[in-house]
Amino acid sequence: MSQVETGSNGTPKVGVYVCHCGINISQKVEISETVEFAKKLPYVTVVREYKFMCSDPGQELIQQDIREGLVDRVVVASCSPLMHEHTFRGAMAAGGGNPFLFQMANIREHVSWVTVDKKAATKKAKALIAAAVERIALHQPLERVQVPVHPDVLVVGGGIAGIHAALTLADSGKKVYLVEREPTIGGHMAKLDKTFPTLDCSACILTPKMSAVGAHPNITLWTYSEVTKVDGYVGNFKVTVKRKPRYVDEEKCVGCLECIEACIFKEGKFRSEFDEGLSKRKPVYIPFPQATPLVAVIDPETCIEFKTGKCKKSCAEVCAPEAIDFEQTEKIKEIEVGAIVLATGFKTFDAARVSRYGYGKYPNVYTSLEVERLVNAAGPTGGEVLLDNGKKPKTVGIVHCVGSRDENTNPYCSRVCCMYSLKLAHLLQERTGAEIYDFYIDMRTPGKGYEEFYERVSQEKVHFIRGRVGEITDWAMEPEEVGKLVMRAEDTLMGAVRRVPVDMVVLAVGLEPQDDAEEVRRIFNIGCSHDGWFLERHPKLAPVSTFTDGVFLAGACQGPKDIPDSVAQAGAAASEAMAIIDRGYVELEPNTAFIIEDLCSGCKTCVAICPFSATSFDEEKKVVVVNGALCKGCGTCVAACPSGALQQNLFTDEQIFHEIKGVVSYV
Amino acid sequence: MSKPKVGFYWCASCGGCEEAVIDLAEDILPIVEAVDIVFWPVAMDFKRADVEALSDGELAVSFINGSVRSSEQYEMVGLLRAKSQLIVAFGSCAHLGGIPGLANMFDRKEMFEEIYLRLPSVNNDKRVMPAEEITVPEGKLTLPASWDTVKTLDQVIEVDYYLPGCPPPVDLIKEAVNAILSGELPPKGSVLAPDVALCEECPRRDSKPEELALKEFKRPHEIEIDPEKCLLAQGLLCLGPVTRKGCGASCVSVNMPCTGCMGPTGRVMDYGAKALSAIASSVDSKDEHEISAILDRIVDPVGTFYRYSLPASLLHRCYQQTASEDEGKEQ
Amino acid sequence: MSDNEASKEPFEPKIVAFFCNWCTYTAADLAGTARMVYAPNIRVVRIMCSGRLDPQFVLAAFRDGADGVLIGGCHPGDCHYQEGNYYALRRFTLLKKLLKSMGIEEARLRLEWIAASEGDKVKKVMNDMTEAVRELGPLRLEPRAYDLIQAQPAAEIEVTTSAQEVHHE
Repeated sequence: MSQVETGSNGTPKVGVYVCHCGINISQKVEISETVEFAKKLPYVTVVREYKFMCSDPGQELIQQDIREGLVDRVVVASCSPLMHEHTFRGAMAAGGGNPFLFQMANIREHVSWVTVDKKAATKKAKALIAAAVERIALHQPLERVQVPVHPDVLVVGGGIAGIHAALTLADSGKKVYLVEREPTIGGHMAKLDKTFPTLDCSACILTPKMSAVGAHPNITLWTYSEVTKVDGYVGNFKVTVKRKPRYVDEEKCVGCLECIEACIFKEGKFRSEFDEGLSKRKPVYIPFPQATPLVAVIDPETCIEFKTGKCKKSCAEVCAPEAIDFEQTEKIKEIEVGAIVLATGFKTFDAARVSRYGYGKYPNVYTSLEVERLVNAAGPTGGEVLLDNGKKPKTVGIVHCVGSRDENTNPYCSRVCCMYSLKLAHLLQERTGAEIYDFYIDMRTPGKGYEEFYERVSQEKVHFIRGRVGEITDWAMEPEEVGKLVMRAEDTLMGAVRRVPVDMVVLAVGLEPQDDAEEVRRIFNIGCSHDGWFLERHPKLAPVSTFTDGVFLAGACQGPKDIPDSVAQAGAAASEAMAIIDRGYVELEPNTAFIIEDLCSGCKTCVAICPFSATSFDEEKKVVVVNGALCKGCGTCVAACPSGALQQNLFTDEQIFHEIKGVVSYV
Repeated sequence: MSKPKVGFYWCASCGGCEEAVIDLAEDILPIVEAVDIVFWPVAMDFKRADVEALSDGELAVSFINGSVRSSEQYEMVGLLRAKSQLIVAFGSCAHLGGIPGLANMFDRKEMFEEIYLRLPSVNNDKRVMPAEEITVPEGKLTLPASWDTVKTLDQVIEVDYYLPGCPPPVDLIKEAVNAILSGELPPKGSVLAPDVALCEECPRRDSKPEELALKEFKRPHEIEIDPEKCLLAQGLLCLGPVTRKGCGASCVSVNMPCTGCMGPTGRVMDYGAKALSAIASSVDSKDEHEISAILDRIVDPVGTFYRYSLPASLLHRCYQQTASEDEGKEQ
Repeated sequence: MSDNEASKEPFEPKIVAFFCNWCTYTAADLAGTARMVYAPNIRVVRIMCSGRLDPQFVLAAFRDGADGVLIGGCHPGDCHYQEGNYYALRRFTLLKKLLKSMGIEEARLRLEWIAASEGDKVKKVMNDMTEAVRELGPLRLEPRAYDLIQAQPAAEIEVTTSAQEVHHE
């Protein structure tokens, strides 16, 4: 059945190049044996070995053989195609060959690195080389299709990472849609008081960037909105955004706060999300004074008008611009963008999950984020840190690694807690003069100026105790413990269990993926690592890319990160997006499905299978047609086609049958 | 110039293929006029010795139907191969193994025991079984040896062309004969039928929806079949999408789902595997257990997907039948 | 490998794996990067999605000499192409039923969902499956005794030697 198609080139001329990869491959695979083996495989005209095939001289070997007409198809036996297929295809093209007359045999990741026995490794390497040689004879020259790129960019998430990415892109002249779920942008950073290690005021450095977003002519800011659907592919995404009704017309509202003043609730009565529940807000509110956009929002869950329909609507009465609109409904927006930056951030660990720390039970046990609000001059207490009895704490305990480095919760290090704990130790001391007891496992301060900050704080009235806190209790065993919270921990430097009575406890909660990270991941068709953070394409070489081309990651949605790292990553993601857009086109991999029309019976088996609607039934011709631009090259329809009329470039039935034959029947 | 000589032979088959030749009706007359039939055991009194007497290649073409499963059939097809310029595998059995090929679900021992000992209609108290050679008072008797595995014609001799179908449709036979007589033949190894699946000529094609979303497979006796609507859309396991056209959709036209006698189209290697891939792709469930329950309604997957092609399949036959041995012991 | 060689060396199963590019193949690369040692018996054919897996490939692998076939795809809901792995599951389910009735032991065909991060699962599955197939022994698809083209002498045929009498009506 399988005809080797050679076109005008005559018989295929296959070159096999076996890479030593230094000693990575050669220490487990007998290179000379594989070379001798490869010489006997069908259509093989040239076999060479080289230390590093991916190096310039290695690539030159291939190019020279192509130029001299010795080979027209190439098999490189080296590392994973996910690593260097791109490199070698490029080398083929540069040498004057077609980049798709190329196949890799993965004898490093799949052989030398995972096999102990040299004989077994050599045998397996031979099998993989035979598989590649068997299929390469059936490869066809292919071209990458160029598709124009939509010049706009979507940034999802309006924390510091999203803000920075949006501004960078907008400053370069790109039109940016910034979509944020909350009524305002700012994210976690807006809630912080000072930032480590420089102790800049968080609001002072963030709010100018927030207002720059609000004012930027190239940024369309959609707060209180969520992405619900993403179709299309790199360069041509079609995105559906749900804009939740805020019952206040954004165009008309001037942020004068009159409505809030006029609300029939004289005092705030409902939990303020922004203040972590430490203050109360009204049904109509603006999360904080520098909110962007500075537009009120009405919460229908708590507003009397929505609950009873009988409110006198004093808010609407006082609103001069008539911005209040109880009739507002959800709006669905559809936009087209060429690239997407995901900056959906994190959530903090729910401290109540570690019940032995008494969070929720003892009023003077706080999470670190709550304390950020407490020490903040613009916070619910105006920066006063007071206990439930109204007094300033004289002693404060800080517990590191709450929900981090703990096999019962999260095994990973949340990276920011040591540093923010040091910062809070400093700020609490500054605000209250209290003595601080800081319980840590290891003090992790890698970063510019971080270790120095630790040194600085250790000079202050802070006692560092190395040991995980076992329990926090109000059960006094000694007179001085009465009325206090007792922190019990093994001091691993002292080698003794200690009981430290304090007035207030700060739990340094770790970072976790957002609750809906899984849902978001599916919408954007990207991966998550096993702990739920979005998965980067390569941990070192493609840290802001994902497995979906055109979707990039910024900030803590990819893993715990501090502000400088988030901003750096946001810049990287923005420039990756720019690279796609400025080029103006994307090249689609040619591994798409195609139909042999004469063989198609029009049975339509394939039509419903394609999630991208690339296959459709042509009512005129009564056959199925494939839209190559929509096809993403999975081949699911090809496997279903009962006639073999659908095939996939680079993965035709014949190519795979031959690969199977090669991989099992030789050795 | 003398007329081209033609032979017909049958191996393991039902006789339906011979009937198909008769079904040519008056169209057979010009053919008979144009050729000399020199061997056709079912219709004419020529013997093996007459074939042996021919010189090699003297037969222009031999049409052989039936699969090959005995030493006698093997010898005869070998003989015909030597004497013929062209061999046409005629009908599903010669082409793909056909219904007799389902014997490959068993081996010869199991099959003999079933047929000669266990079938309810058998009365064989003395447990007499076929033997290749046996001595009786009158002398020695011999029978051809039966094989464990039924084979397609091209698994034992070189075949030039295939006429598919159970039996091959009359129109295709006529076209094939005309092509041979005129010498206008496609490349060697071709199946002499259009290389497109049955849906293309199915009268119900336009009623086939883009999404079948099958939740249940039904059998023809279980429902009142809509005579206009795609049978798959009615939950019937119609193999039309997988099967080569050329039969005029004769089964489908009388409310019977296609069972695949015409075999696969040219780019398919294994009919059953392709059929199951297409059918399973139309199942509407994402739940492992539900998928399994829906597919359990296909009670006999081998008989369903390889009804005509088990010997031609990639695995050729079934490999262990421990269950049937146990049944034998119980008796 | 010829029979002679086979009789000298202990049986080493040959298993063909079809891994999807995005999850399982990546996971196998990760196992490599992490230098996780596992059985060398499984040889991977990369396909873009487990949905590309045509059941014909499985049969072809058996026909060409594989003792087992492993299919690896993304976890349900994780498919890079949204739903390809569900198609793989449906086909696998029916293929498994077919193979069972064809007398191919169930452990010779396996479907595993392995995410890109699960290098350790690659190792485990590779080792498990190799041992399971080793236990079963080689898959023998060679001809049967009576498939030999020459007719056999009657004396060698067990069922016939016991019935040397013709039943006369």
